[in-house]
Amino acid sequence: MTSEELPGEELFLDRFPDEAQVVRASLWSAFVALGIGALAGIVQALHRVGYVRFIDSADYYTVLTLHGVLLVISFTIFFLVGLFTWAVTRSLDRPVENIRFTWAWYLTMVAGTVLAGVAILGGFVDSIPISADVLFTFYAPLQAHPLFYAGLAVFIIGTWLAGFDWFRSWWIWRSENDGRIPLQTFMVLTSMLMWYIATIGVAISVVFFLLPWSLGIIDQVNPLLTRTLFWYFGHPVVYFWLMPAYLLWYTVLPSISGGRLFSDPLARVVFVLFLILSTPVGIHHQYLDPGIAEGFKFIAMTNTMFLLLPSLLTAFTVVASMEHGARQRGGEGYLSWLGALPWRDPAFTGMALAGLMFAAGGFSGMVNAGMNINYLIHNTLWVPGHFHLTVGTAVALTFMAATYWLLPQLTRRRLYSRTIGLFQVVMWFVGMVLMSNAMHRAGLVGIPRRTAEPQYDGFAFDAGLSSVAELDAQVAIGGTLLFVSVVLFLGNLIISLLEDPMEGTVDRSLPPALSGPEDSPEVLDNLSLWVAIALLLVLLAYSLPIGAIVADGGLFGPGTESYPVVLSWLEVVT
Amino acid sequence: MNVHTYEKIWLVASLFLIVGFIATVVYGAAGAGIAMVDASGGTVDSTSLSENERFGEPGVERVGDGEYEVTVVARQFMYQPDPIRVPADSRVTFYVTSADVIHGFQVVGTNVNTMVIPGQVAKITVDFDEPAEYGIICNEYCGQGHHDMEGKLVVVPEDEYGGDDA
Ligand code: HEM
Ligand SMILES: [Cu+2]
Ligand SMILES: [Cu+2]
Repeated sequence: MTSEELPGEELFLDRFPDEAQVVRASLWSAFVALGIGALAGIVQALHRVGYVRFIDSADYYTVLTLHGVLLVISFTIFFLVGLFTWAVTRSLDRPVENIRFTWAWYLTMVAGTVLAGVAILGGFVDSIPISADVLFTFYAPLQAHPLFYAGLAVFIIGTWLAGFDWFRSWWIWRSENDGRIPLQTFMVLTSMLMWYIATIGVAISVVFFLLPWSLGIIDQVNPLLTRTLFWYFGHPVVYFWLMPAYLLWYTVLPSISGGRLFSDPLARVVFVLFLILSTPVGIHHQYLDPGIAEGFKFIAMTNTMFLLLPSLLTAFTVVASMEHGARQRGGEGYLSWLGALPWRDPAFTGMALAGLMFAAGGFSGMVNAGMNINYLIHNTLWVPGHFHLTVGTAVALTFMAATYWLLPQLTRRRLYSRTIGLFQVVMWFVGMVLMSNAMHRAGLVGIPRRTAEPQYDGFAFDAGLSSVAELDAQVAIGGTLLFVSVVLFLGNLIISLLEDPMEGTVDRSLPPALSGPEDSPEVLDNLSLWVAIALLLVLLAYSLPIGAIVADGGLFGPGTESYPVVLSWLEVVT
Repeated sequence: MNVHTYEKIWLVASLFLIVGFIATVVYGAAGAGIAMVDASGGTVDSTSLSENERFGEPGVERVGDGEYEVTVVARQFMYQPDPIRVPADSRVTFYVTSADVIHGFQVVGTNVNTMVIPGQVAKITVDFDEPAEYGIICNEYCGQGHHDMEGKLVVVPEDEYGGDDA
């Protein structure tokens, strides 16, 4: 798809210039977060293993908060809103209703990020009484500056408004058109419905408890309650990161592979399953929490296991669509069709490698989900090992690869160097194989996550046949490769933008699925029905546990104090 | 809705896998008797632990033949008592709570691992058959000295065990 001469759709940028601007702004916001986050990442990797410790270990947690918040909140969600705006606009083929409203939600999200970011960065400067060294999970009674909670709330409100924007486009489209919801719009709408349900938890936690508490309006909170509300949101947010990647795998990857999506109905089924099942599972992050009865944990586990289904179905559809593409390109044989895929295209290779890593991440996720094995790995380095495969690669690498594909239609620029692009995605893959594999193994021998110096005085970890030094080396090398890969990605993009614009059109049309929406029952598009079922499941999974937590410990806790992170440290040293 | 044959096979296989996973955990919980941390430890006011009957005096207590209870308080950035000494060939029940923020309590190299949440009491029962020495680490970020938070668990041979609160 390099030739500018190809007849194709009008470029997105020409057809929807205002929207393209918002999409570009969102993606750039995402990439700024990615760049800073990656810098924090390499600092952590080298600090933990003890190779390079140029920051104080106490500041490690400020860096880690920055890494977590910037990468899994800012990077992922800014990319998501950009991609979803693109997807809704192009699949409905209509501009947004009011571009100023669109800018308003984008700026709201930026404002939220800046507020929270200032609070976090304040943690580096001792003379400023602002800090938010609470990591991205902000478990009370560790307390952040009110700016942090306020920023988070503002950011989420921005995403709610964005969702409204897309729904509004669809409502108006519906009044003028018949037929099924176009697939990409369907994916956006189901993802947003899931997001509305999921964010209720964190909104309640922040607005009713944490923010008033950090402002001194209430004295204490119930740490188990705010933690449970966090995880009510914390699991579905994982799917919120994945949804845009799935959207790309279902609707863009087949076309990059040279084929068509295998089944549109199945894609819809998958998104409906995510909408229904993503939320009533959050307690699986709390298998080791006292104060939650085993039965509730068990229900969460059962739901979680069923949540594997949509991902397993996706694996099937994606591979089947790629095979179809390969055969269209002349591929043959049982497995040799793989060779016919466009491996020289960084967009393809990046997404394919991301998908492969997701399969590996799925396996380690199944281990996490098992209530009993979880005891072995909970809060060990195994867990970051797992999610650097999922959000850190399946999502992040797919986003980077998709950017290569989106670039011409959003900027009228051709990618400066496909070779660097290809090198970059492969480098990410290799770096992640090293880092993630070592993290998984380190977790199995008990090395904890979220720890500046996982080297202890009283004992040493026993890495069995290998050695902790070998694991450390892998983390350090892997982390460095990942960082360099991000630098190459950003550099390649920036140079592309400095090049002259291209002429003509680029074929970025997305062919219809082999089995189209007409093959699927209408009920799949009945969004209210799915929302009702989702809410019902949430009620079933959460009303009893939350009721019990409040009954046992009270809304504001059985008695705890507040620990603004900076102050507590001063008390310790003096 | 027309679903491809391979797709159906895949779907059925996926469902089997899922049910299989659930079954193994059910077996673990019911059959093999692997106990989970649950709500049975109750709640406690973490601002007045010193007045609490159990947590006022963290330590080891013999409660029956080969049965011990260990009361542990986690706080920024240490465990009390430290080290914890128990005899081999014993069944030990830990009661762990926090005096301040959320901590972890992980006996390295075993699956004794729990969150320690202020206001909540984590209760876990473990059998220690052989003498051994284990590190205990806090695996939840609890403040800027988190990485210094460690403890020790010593399982001493039965005949060397001097008694409670050692
Ligand atoms: C340059 C690439 C990266 C490197 C070198 C890196 C390295 C690390 C390391 C070493 C940790 C463990 C820190 C600890 O537990 O003490 C970590 C945690 C984490 N990483 Fe990354 N990472 C990278 C990219 C990413 C990406 C792309 C994402 C997600 C999109 C991500 C998300 C996270 C999250 C959520 C945590 C956990 C934070 C917490 O425990 O609060 N990382 N990373
Ligand atoms: Cu989860
Ligand atoms: Cu700690």
